Amino acid sequence: MSTLVIEGLRASVAGREILTGVDLEVAAGEVHAVMGPNGSGKSTLAHVVAGRGGYDVLGGSVRLDGTELLGMPAWRRAEAGLFLAMQYPTEVPGVSLLDMLTESVCTPEGAAVAERMSEEAARIGFEEKFLERPVNVDLSGGERKRNEALQLGVLGPAFAVIDELDSGLDIDALRFVGARIEDATTHDGLGVLAITHSSRVFDHLRPDTVHVFAGGRIQQSGGPELADELEAEGYERWTGAVPQPDSDAGTTPFTDPFGDPFADLLT
Amino acid sequence: MNPFTTDAARSLPGPGWLAERRAVAAERFAAADPPTAAAEEWRYSAIADFDLAAYQLAGADASFPPDGTWAGVDSAANGAVAAVLDVADGRIVASRGLDELSKQGVQVGPLVDASDGAEVLGSVADEASDYFTVLNDAFAGCPILVDVPAGVTVEGVIAVRHYAGGVGAATFPRLVVRVGSNGSAKVLDMQRSAGSALVVPVVELDVGQAARLGYVNLQQHDHRAWQIAAHTARVERDAALVAASVALGGGYARTRTDTRLVGRGASGDLLSAYFGSGDQILDFRTYQDHAAPDTTSNLLYKGAVGDSARSVYTGLIRVRPNARGTNAFQTNRNLKLSEDAWAESVPNLEIENNDVRCSHASAVGPVDPDQVFYLESRGVPTPVAERLIVSGFFDEVIDGLPVPSVEDAAREALALKLNQMLKAAA
Repeated sequence: MSTLVIEGLRASVAGREILTGVDLEVAAGEVHAVMGPNGSGKSTLAHVVAGRGGYDVLGGSVRLDGTELLGMPAWRRAEAGLFLAMQYPTEVPGVSLLDMLTESVCTPEGAAVAERMSEEAARIGFEEKFLERPVNVDLSGGERKRNEALQLGVLGPAFAVIDELDSGLDIDALRFVGARIEDATTHDGLGVLAITHSSRVFDHLRPDTVHVFAGGRIQQSGGPELADELEAEGYERWTGAVPQPDSDAGTTPFTDPFGDPFADLLT
Repeated sequence: MNPFTTDAARSLPGPGWLAERRAVAAERFAAADPPTAAAEEWRYSAIADFDLAAYQLAGADASFPPDGTWAGVDSAANGAVAAVLDVADGRIVASRGLDELSKQGVQVGPLVDASDGAEVLGSVADEASDYFTVLNDAFAGCPILVDVPAGVTVEGVIAVRHYAGGVGAATFPRLVVRVGSNGSAKVLDMQRSAGSALVVPVVELDVGQAARLGYVNLQQHDHRAWQIAAHTARVERDAALVAASVALGGGYARTRTDTRLVGRGASGDLLSAYFGSGDQILDFRTYQDHAAPDTTSNLLYKGAVGDSARSVYTGLIRVRPNARGTNAFQTNRNLKLSEDAWAESVPNLEIENNDVRCSHASAVGPVDPDQVFYLESRGVPTPVAERLIVSGFFDEVIDGLPVPSVEDAAREALALKLNQMLKAAA
């Protein structure tokens, strides 16, 4: 049974500690939601687990089926079975989706990638014409998120970190994409770490476990009912009571330097 | 002993008028001061290392290009090729398809065979004359003319392939393309060399009223060769020129591009993809000259430098007082692929009319780390991600090449060079 185990994970950006000791264990086939207010460090968790540059890992471990991911380049983590669905997927001009997926070490040699792309596109209502475009170029926010789900389908990872699934997605798209991910958890044993600031997404991607994330770590874990409590009471209980990771910074929420600069305006 | 004498120029093969023209140019050349890096147009160049005395004039016994010289581009361009003319060290060594073209009235061959050759030679380039174009005037062994009469459309590509084979030899390719009014043609100009040649090409593009010309220069010189090229164009009323270069070779390869829009409604699209590795220096000077109303020029130069290679781009848009309604754009983007690589970009505007739309943009920077991370997070290894992104960076230029049949060859040549560099670095 494969598992993703995060233990005591601490990381900083520009000398400021953002992750202050994250402990989390996700088994295959499970969906874990990490919920927290803006600026709590949720996206930093996604980036550090996926291996994006620009963060200093101060301690802890991230193991996928016993393999330590920290210290590996991002593509090795993907090879080990990790997938990151980004909040704001990057445009890569001049690089086709087909070339990117064909060059992935997650794609077996000689795989019929183009056919798989068409199949996955049909499943989530991603228009065929978008398959021809350079990666994410001239795609709307919703189309980009469908594109992330399509790639997840083609690459077939063991675990997916999904950062703010519903950003930019309309209800129809959310339904398709949510159903595709749920299907992967049921049939392929995909484990999911879904990072979200609101429970809106849970209508389409049902969590087995909900974690409250504030102050750079997990404050409480529970069943889906925890999300309802949060929806009713908000995060104040956590943001108010929990000392901030950096006392100099007071209660200023952390803005991930690699996140979308307008994220706060959109939410 | 200096081989670049007036006597040597006069004794090159050709009719009396050409011998006289060469002799005059050789005299001018002998009297001229060589350029120095102190002059603005040679700033950042390698001109301080230039030593003409190190070269011999390529002899009549120069070797034919070895088999395989045109591999890659030959087959790629084949399907759509109307005619091919091979020139090695100033001599025509092979040709095909010329007879078929001449049935349409299209002449491709020695310029001296044209009845008005004396008027045609220099009719465009003389207005952009400099030290090296004068040197070409004096020593061009066999100026080539591609002559498309008024109203004639050539469907296929006319390929002229220049090869410089002499070690330590200097060659002076000269290509004149004249498209008569309402005519249309696509010309592919290939430049290759072996060893430490000096290649000083001059290209003249004469685009008549309402004519269309697509010109692609594919430069793949040996890394020991020097190239100092001048590409000049004159575009008449309502005519459209698309002139592109793919510049990959040369130890020092400089191309000066002068595009003069002289008739109302004339347009010039100027494209370049260049890539330097090792210790190459690639040097581009462009000049968009708007000398008539309602003219449009659109320049897009994209380059990458790796290892300790350097590139220089300096461009000037000039809008003359009478050129109201001008649209002029200039974009130069550079990828710096290593710490030791260096790229300089200097755009300039000189505008003497108020009723214009002009813009320029330039950038030098590394491959976008966000793009690399995105690909890596899908399991694409870092060097492969960089290769895909750099190849993709050039797509905008390659897709716009006015000779579509050369797109694949250009892409392959870029990819091959990039792979070699990434492999050597790994």
